[in-house]
Amino acid sequence: MSFIIAGSINEALAALAAGARPIAGGTDLVVGARQGKAHLPPSLVAIDRLDELDHIESGEHGIRIGAMVTHSRLMTEPTIVSGYSALADAAALVGSPSTRNIGTLGGNIMNASPAMDTGAPLMVLGAVVQLRSTAGSRAVELSDLWTGPGQTSATADELCVAIEIPSCPARSGSAYVRLEYRRAMEIAVVGAAASVTLADDGTIVDGAVALTAVAPTIIEVDNAGTSMTGLLPDAAAPVIASAASDVARPISDLRGSESYRRHTVGVMAARAVDAAARRAAGEEIGVPVNRAIGVGASL
Amino acid sequence: MTEAITLSVNGMDYTVDIDMGRNLLSVLRTEIGLTGTKEGCDDSECGACMVLLDGQPVNSCSYLAMQAQGRSVTTIEGIISADGLDALQQSLLEEGGVQCGFCTPGMIMSARALLDHNPSPTKEEIRIGLSGNLCRCTGYTKILAAVVRTASGD
Repeated sequence: MSFIIAGSINEALAALAAGARPIAGGTDLVVGARQGKAHLPPSLVAIDRLDELDHIESGEHGIRIGAMVTHSRLMTEPTIVSGYSALADAAALVGSPSTRNIGTLGGNIMNASPAMDTGAPLMVLGAVVQLRSTAGSRAVELSDLWTGPGQTSATADELCVAIEIPSCPARSGSAYVRLEYRRAMEIAVVGAAASVTLADDGTIVDGAVALTAVAPTIIEVDNAGTSMTGLLPDAAAPVIASAASDVARPISDLRGSESYRRHTVGVMAARAVDAAARRAAGEEIGVPVNRAIGVGASL
Repeated sequence: MTEAITLSVNGMDYTVDIDMGRNLLSVLRTEIGLTGTKEGCDDSECGACMVLLDGQPVNSCSYLAMQAQGRSVTTIEGIISADGLDALQQSLLEEGGVQCGFCTPGMIMSARALLDHNPSPTKEEIRIGLSGNLCRCTGYTKILAAVVRTASGD
């Protein structure tokens, strides 16, 4: 068994190439090991002190978020709260304050849970994941990254170093809404993210919708943008609700039956479209949307 | 195979010889002898194991001790001042916010971190700050009152 604390990205990549597995906050890895889901890997490289992976750089073309940025930071960073609101909504719902303090965006993405909260927001915002290994770098679309529950197309020696999101058009907004039974340490029963761009007359000119916990991976509602185009948000919401329920392929488990999930994911998708459109129109809706509009568990 | 590492806990350095898979909670309790931090669910759900890592609350049951190297760990034993109890401890006593007491150390650590970063939280902010800590005795009302009392300096 070995454990090293990487002092540089190159040191981390060399360790991965030699067979080590990365650990950031450990909120999935260590909990999973203690629950008996999987043993801790015999060789670990800690990447949580790599300052190079802890930056948020925002510019004209979009934003680059280092893989080690925590949920606590995502939910409060002004650029993300105002410009990429769905991601802030999701980060604010993850676990509890302690989980959010050490849990990272890169960890959430690479853990590849179909119930992950940040996945659907990143998908509707058009995010791309930057992977790096000793052999080089590559950018991967999210739809190509997640291949199944807990599975990605990244090779074992590749490290997620950053997430890049293009800049959002004027009069656009996004939101993430999830169904939950309690307000902390919760995993989405189902969830939905939407991004919407409005024309001057208030009709929708473009958008995207993605769904949480209704398939082996986060999935996008195909052609959501075109099916909303030309509609006012009130008219688009039921169209998207129906499309979301149609595309969902949920399982039945302790947290919800297949039919319950199929129905409620449509409700969440409609609410996400509504909240995203209101934000696009300039309305201030606090983060997370769940609290601001009273979705999910109440006090 | 074990490795000797040094951990800074409550301002003191401790060198411990541990397996790399050990969680911080078990090292604090059995190697260093600080048993104030409790093991509840061992699953990051209940918050009984909460400690501060560089001032931020972290579930020590689900955090590898190896990862705490070079960081500052604060446990419930570390918050008592030379003057006696921390103000939160005093408020919990006065408000009756302690019954069986098992959740109390973790509850105090979360509340301490909240007040250190936000000295005048709203009740909603207190609820969010304590949302990773379960209490099966009090119903939370008196714990909330104790944090409010501490924040207002009564």
